[in-house]
Amino acid sequence: MDNLQIATPEIFLLAATCAVLVVGLFTQAKSNTVYWLSQLSLVITLIMSLTQIGDEAVTGFSGAYTLDTLSASLKSWVLVLAIGIFLYSRDYVGNRKIARSEYFVLGLFAVSGMMIMVSATHMLTVYLGLELLALSQYAMVALHRDNGRAAEAAMKYFVLGALASGMLLYGMSMVYGATGSLNLTVVADILAGNSEVLSAERTIGARFGLTFLIVGIAFKLGAVPFHMWVPDVYEGAPTSVTMFISTAPKIAAFAMLIRLLVEGLETLSADWQQMLAIMSALSMIVGNLIAIAQTNIKRMLAYSTISHVGFLLMGIVGATSAGYSASMFYAITYAFTTLATFGVLLAVSREGFEADQLSDLAGLGKRNALLAVVMLLAMFSLAGVPPAVGFYAKLTVLESAVNAGFTWLAILGVIMSVIGAFYYLRIIKIMFFDDPVDDTQVSPASDVTAGLAVNGLAVLALGLAPGLIMSACIAAFS
Amino acid sequence: MSFPILSLTIWLPILAGFLIIAVGDRPARKLAGIAAILTFLVSLPLYFGFDSSTATMQFQESLAWLPSFGINYALGIDGISMPLIILTTIINVIVVISAWEVIKDRPSVYLGAFSIMTGLMIGVFSAMDAMLFYVFFEATLIPMFLIIGIWGGPRRVYATVKFFLYTFLGSVFMLIALIYMYNQGGSFAISDLHALALSKDQQFWIFLAFLAAFAVKIPMWPVHTWLPDAHVEAPTAGSAVLAAIMLKMGGYGFLRFSLPVTPDASSQMDTFMIAISLVAVVYIGFVALAQRDMKKLIAYSSISHMGFVTLGIFIAFRLIAKDDMSGVALGIEGAIMQMVSHGFISAAMFLCVGVMYDRIHSREIADYGGVINTMPIFAAFMVFFAMANAGLPGTSGFVGEFMVILASFKTNFWIAFLAALTLILGAAYTLWMVKRVIMGPIGNDKVAALTDINSREFWMLAILAIFVLLIGVWPNLIGGVMHASVENLVQQISTSKY
Repeated sequence: MDNLQIATPEIFLLAATCAVLVVGLFTQAKSNTVYWLSQLSLVITLIMSLTQIGDEAVTGFSGAYTLDTLSASLKSWVLVLAIGIFLYSRDYVGNRKIARSEYFVLGLFAVSGMMIMVSATHMLTVYLGLELLALSQYAMVALHRDNGRAAEAAMKYFVLGALASGMLLYGMSMVYGATGSLNLTVVADILAGNSEVLSAERTIGARFGLTFLIVGIAFKLGAVPFHMWVPDVYEGAPTSVTMFISTAPKIAAFAMLIRLLVEGLETLSADWQQMLAIMSALSMIVGNLIAIAQTNIKRMLAYSTISHVGFLLMGIVGATSAGYSASMFYAITYAFTTLATFGVLLAVSREGFEADQLSDLAGLGKRNALLAVVMLLAMFSLAGVPPAVGFYAKLTVLESAVNAGFTWLAILGVIMSVIGAFYYLRIIKIMFFDDPVDDTQVSPASDVTAGLAVNGLAVLALGLAPGLIMSACIAAFS
Repeated sequence: MSFPILSLTIWLPILAGFLIIAVGDRPARKLAGIAAILTFLVSLPLYFGFDSSTATMQFQESLAWLPSFGINYALGIDGISMPLIILTTIINVIVVISAWEVIKDRPSVYLGAFSIMTGLMIGVFSAMDAMLFYVFFEATLIPMFLIIGIWGGPRRVYATVKFFLYTFLGSVFMLIALIYMYNQGGSFAISDLHALALSKDQQFWIFLAFLAAFAVKIPMWPVHTWLPDAHVEAPTAGSAVLAAIMLKMGGYGFLRFSLPVTPDASSQMDTFMIAISLVAVVYIGFVALAQRDMKKLIAYSSISHMGFVTLGIFIAFRLIAKDDMSGVALGIEGAIMQMVSHGFISAAMFLCVGVMYDRIHSREIADYGGVINTMPIFAAFMVFFAMANAGLPGTSGFVGEFMVILASFKTNFWIAFLAALTLILGAAYTLWMVKRVIMGPIGNDKVAALTDINSREFWMLAILAIFVLLIGVWPNLIGGVMHASVENLVQQISTSKY
């Protein structure tokens, strides 16, 4: 395969995005043309990406871009998530003063960015993909431009995001200084001492750079202590954008983490294991404890995300391939469960009404039983109660932590997950045990209902047959 | 592999449960009734086809489920789990009868949740893979959480969240222990865990992790406080299932995991376990005496009776030290007998309270008095079950208690003495309640207006009464099937693992 062939899905998606952008200029604000065209391009890209799964690993563009099982399957997951995100947000975006075609076009650009991040094996490509994603997201957060909170959130996100990008770049430059290369395969080779013996000073330089890389990664994931932006951005952004930020980019950030730390700097694993273990523990503690006090559901889910990032890191802490696949499984199942959660929130919101307080869900079991059941499954999954799929995600990362000798982290994790169960149960309590405050019918469009039903069912069905995704995750690291 | 009869008993009620929820309220009752009876019938071959001469797992099934972790969908039963499964399917039928016309709010969801829970509980008792066991064990929390939360009393939210978090916290430690052992031995199969060699320290910590899970579930003093809350707030059938079956999951866990996986640690900890069991028997007995709420009283009585179960289980190690193997088996069989018998009796007691609650909407003992005058048939049942709860010879309540006391006598007089106090205490709190509620002159106008039980309630109680009597006069009905399995268990726990 030549260079261009390995990147066909990305190239197609970029071309399609530009076309959609132009079409968007000439369509009316109310029409759904842009939406359908975006979905169409995503579906075609998904099919192209699916056909690449299982191919031999190929590196192109002078080592800057890699197509392997990991990237092909992660790309497919990102695309599936994006299709779901667009489906759930269509009516929400349409009902508000949000520039519709821009929402979808920016979303498509962000998806391209994620796909590039997933495949990048060169620090420059990593950075380019990351910035394409980040810049689209900054703009998406600010789309609701009449809303002060959204503007504030966008500003915060942009300033802190730029800072984190700077950290990441600085780390990359240090690693470059130590090894003389930005190509992650070459960096790994040099650090392992295969091509030349590194002097002690240069190894220290690489370690120094590693610290900054981790800061950048932790920021993008939202791990404590680099989580400050998460609650504000989640709360301030339009719910459809919050859904976007909290799902697919986590998978891309996971890929970035794997590419940089595992494929590039695995020789230094003893160093980053320590840092990740501490961040994992802190994220689980801070996320779960602070989530309890929240009354705004988006803010609560933000802290919940932080705690789940802690669990995700727990799989990587062990630095084993079983642990990486456990984390990958965790990232994917987490993203799908969160997608369902926000999908329900968007369905409950309607023109002129934002469902963002916990009480807005009161009596949902009576108002729309299907949505309530989907939410119930998602909550039990996030809490890690079997048979929902979230349990198996927790099981695999706990197993890898215990296996790597981090039993203390695993024990902390399960205690924190019990604390976490409290606020997930509270949502179930509000939906099923409380009486509705307002009796407005919740009736999303039929394709949204169907999508949510499939999404909820997947949370349950994957719990009954977790082997389906698990084997794909193991294949990605074998 | 022969016909997967265990899978059928697990999945029939679960699928039926979803169907019941889907069809809506009108046909739900009939469908639930049919499903419950079918499940019971399907479970009968497990009893009649059971080979009681062997301790090997029977009706085995095995499918690879999560191959990368070596987790199998492996089912099988022995003489310890089989009686509990039959108990579960019987109680399920009773639940449907009890809810027939009582539940007005969304009966389809109510009955469906119970049906699903029945399947999950059967799964707990028949899992041969530790992770499968854990999945079923935890999954039962979900329907019970909803049942208490939606159909419960005024403080239902507090009670159900407490119930969920308490048991969830206990069982996550078990999860870590299971993962740890998987890392040691590379298998989640329960039989492999039994054979896994573990050092003294390892056993100690694993024992504590199991204790956290099962002591909360059964529940033992001092981690019992969720139970009175959950029982009081739960709807009648919820209390019945909770007491009759969910508590038994704790006792079953001790027998299936704690004892054979960590025999040395169990032996090391036996004094502690016996001591807190006796606290449950005696102290909680006194607590029960002071209750004004009937459901609370029965809840405390449950805790006290479960103290007998743990006593019977852990007295075993004292007898092993004395090399009295027949006594060991006696204690453990007594514990199992007590679990099954308590399953019938406690369910019956809660249903009796439910019958009165449906009429007067009060659980306070003070709101009743002289019920016998207006409800003579009901009064006969209530007195009978109260006697059984107090351990009257001829009822099932006597058999288990007697066996455990007998086993205690073989070790130490004072342990036996304290255990035997329950015969007095149990009689005191149960019969005193009966005296205040049933006997005497009519207490107030509401009682005067009571109508006696209808035929639905009659059969609901009669079925339970038949089983209580049957086991009471013919204990071998259950005892016979478990001898071989208990012998095997005794063999396992009397051999050190290091």
